[in-house]
Amino acid sequence: MSSNFQFTPENLEEYQDILRRYPVKRAALLPTLHLVQAQHGFVPAEAEQFVADLLDLPVVDVREVLTFYSLFHRREMGRHHIRVCMSLSCWLRGAGRLKRHLGEKLRVESGGVSADGQFSWEAVPDCMGACEIAPMLQLDKDYYGNLGNQDVDQLLEGFNGPPGDPELE
Amino acid sequence: MPTANLVSKHFGNEKARELDWYRAQGGYEAARRALFEMQPEEITEEVIKSNLRGLGGAGFPTGRKWTFVPKESGKPNYLTVNADEAEPGTFKDKYIMTWDPHRLIEGIIVCCYAVGIHTAYVYIRGEYVRPYERLRDAIRQAYQGGVLGEKVLGKDFKLDVFIHRGAGAYICGEETGLLESLEGKKGWPRLKPPFPAVVGLFDCPTVINNVETISHLPNIILNGGEWFAELGADRSGGSRLFCLSGHVKRPGVYELTMGSPMSELIYEHGGGILDDRQLKAVIPGGSSAPVLTADCVDLSLDFDSLAKAGSMLGSGGVMVLSDSVCMVKALSVVSHFYAHESCGQCTPCREGTGWLDRILMRILEGDGRRQDLDTLLSIAEYMQGTSICALSDAAALPVQSFVTKFRSEFEYHIQHKSCDVENPEPALAL
Ligand SMILES: Cc1cc2nc3c(=O)[nH]c(=O)nc-3n(C[C@H](O)[C@H](O)[C@H](O)COP(=O)(O)O)c2cc1C
Ligand code: SF4
Ligand code: FES
Repeated sequence: MSSNFQFTPENLEEYQDILRRYPVKRAALLPTLHLVQAQHGFVPAEAEQFVADLLDLPVVDVREVLTFYSLFHRREMGRHHIRVCMSLSCWLRGAGRLKRHLGEKLRVESGGVSADGQFSWEAVPDCMGACEIAPMLQLDKDYYGNLGNQDVDQLLEGFNGPPGDPELE
Repeated sequence: MPTANLVSKHFGNEKARELDWYRAQGGYEAARRALFEMQPEEITEEVIKSNLRGLGGAGFPTGRKWTFVPKESGKPNYLTVNADEAEPGTFKDKYIMTWDPHRLIEGIIVCCYAVGIHTAYVYIRGEYVRPYERLRDAIRQAYQGGVLGEKVLGKDFKLDVFIHRGAGAYICGEETGLLESLEGKKGWPRLKPPFPAVVGLFDCPTVINNVETISHLPNIILNGGEWFAELGADRSGGSRLFCLSGHVKRPGVYELTMGSPMSELIYEHGGGILDDRQLKAVIPGGSSAPVLTADCVDLSLDFDSLAKAGSMLGSGGVMVLSDSVCMVKALSVVSHFYAHESCGQCTPCREGTGWLDRILMRILEGDGRRQDLDTLLSIAEYMQGTSICALSDAAALPVQSFVTKFRSEFEYHIQHKSCDVENPEPALAL
């Protein structure tokens, strides 16, 4: 079977580099899926076949792994993705309030995308390893903590800029 | 002095992640000594003497673990460094990788030389993008500076270090779930035995150690195992990073020698209880550790003391709960996490975690029944020792300890359909 998804030349090179790290091809699966998501924003169904072909795996194996891990997306997300920590230390310091505020601000429930497509967000039960700055969230690559409602407002405004904003990667 | 700076010395120092600066401070001297002045067995011997215990959670003696790797298996040996750091309440390894990545790399060299390993993987949780970048850059420098690669520090000893990023699954912190994940599968833990030291990554002998455990090795080489052992308590050598969070004025990472008093951590370093309220409870070793009541401040922070008190030192995640907390709601937050993270392979864990979560929700919604507490306790009992990995036990222990030690709060909830704590943090609706 052929697939419509392709790596960019740079990512193809990166993929070759990934392969060299492991004695067994299959071990490259997680890094390869990360690379797909970095290029495309999520892992579309065509990419499952593409990755399966690359790594000589049945496509069901790719699907099984893809759906096991919570950081992989299988549908289009907002331009920025937010994950709010709901684990114990954050809950003790107001994660519930943070979650309510974010939902009201973005006018969409956890798991959804804001109407302008700018932000998607989810409340996650896992501790993100940043309890010293509870309550906290992850926005794209970075952690933001000690968040009052106003801090959240400012944070979102900062990321609402036009495309080309240096903060946006 | 119970405060220590064996692994936290460079935290906050932007220069420390530069190879040249690190070397100018005496960095990689321990690795050089290990490679050029010691036999591999001597290194393991020093680590055994040091009483270094695994700092990822289980506290297994590190040197002894290395001796389980068979001498002549005819296969390559591997090191996997556990940087998954997913136990709720734990955030220390992030600091090492962010601020002092060369210390970790140096520890990796020491371990690999001692055990005869030429390939190491650092399995880092996917959320840690910035710590990953820091470590990646440090590894690049190390290759360029002749610290890693074909000839480590000029010695005829080859070592490759690769980083492998996880993708959001608590269970991949469990050592065999981690191996499965590294092999490109979903993180379903393996039945033991065989233990990873004999059959591990790619079916080869594999050492698995936590980031902080490995990062203590350079100091042990430089100062000797006895020195490290003496710094600590009975059978817990040296120091460790404590992750203090929850209701304290100054949450953060604090390095203390093993055996330091809990009161020092919470009141001196943490600045005492938030809003000057009363201390109600402490979860001392990540959310899997049984909860302790306020009188625990007199306990010593080392593996044996906390085990004797019926809890565990675990991952060093110390979570502090003030008297503003409703313990039913707090437990439900914890139990919901385990229900979400059970991988589903074993019936007692898959069904048990979900059942605990639902009963607690029901109590919070005002539909609790008189027999619910006994049901909770019997499920928790049944979940221990009946599954492939320790997640099932980790989910059961908080339930057992919360319900036993704070039983009246649970009973009040069931009887009155409300809370006997004034203005508590609302329960989480997920
Ligand atoms: C459910 C579960 C989750 C775990 N998560 C982690 C983790 O995130 N990081 C870690 O270092 N160890 C974790 N462990 C412990 C590992 O299985 C293993 O004992 C440890 O990595 C060994 O290294 P150490 O001896 O240096 O501590 C976990 C264990 C269990 C049962
Ligand atoms: S105990 Fe739970 S998490 Fe561990 S293997 Fe069994 S089902 Fe999975
Ligand atoms: S509980 Fe939120 S980062 Fe740990």
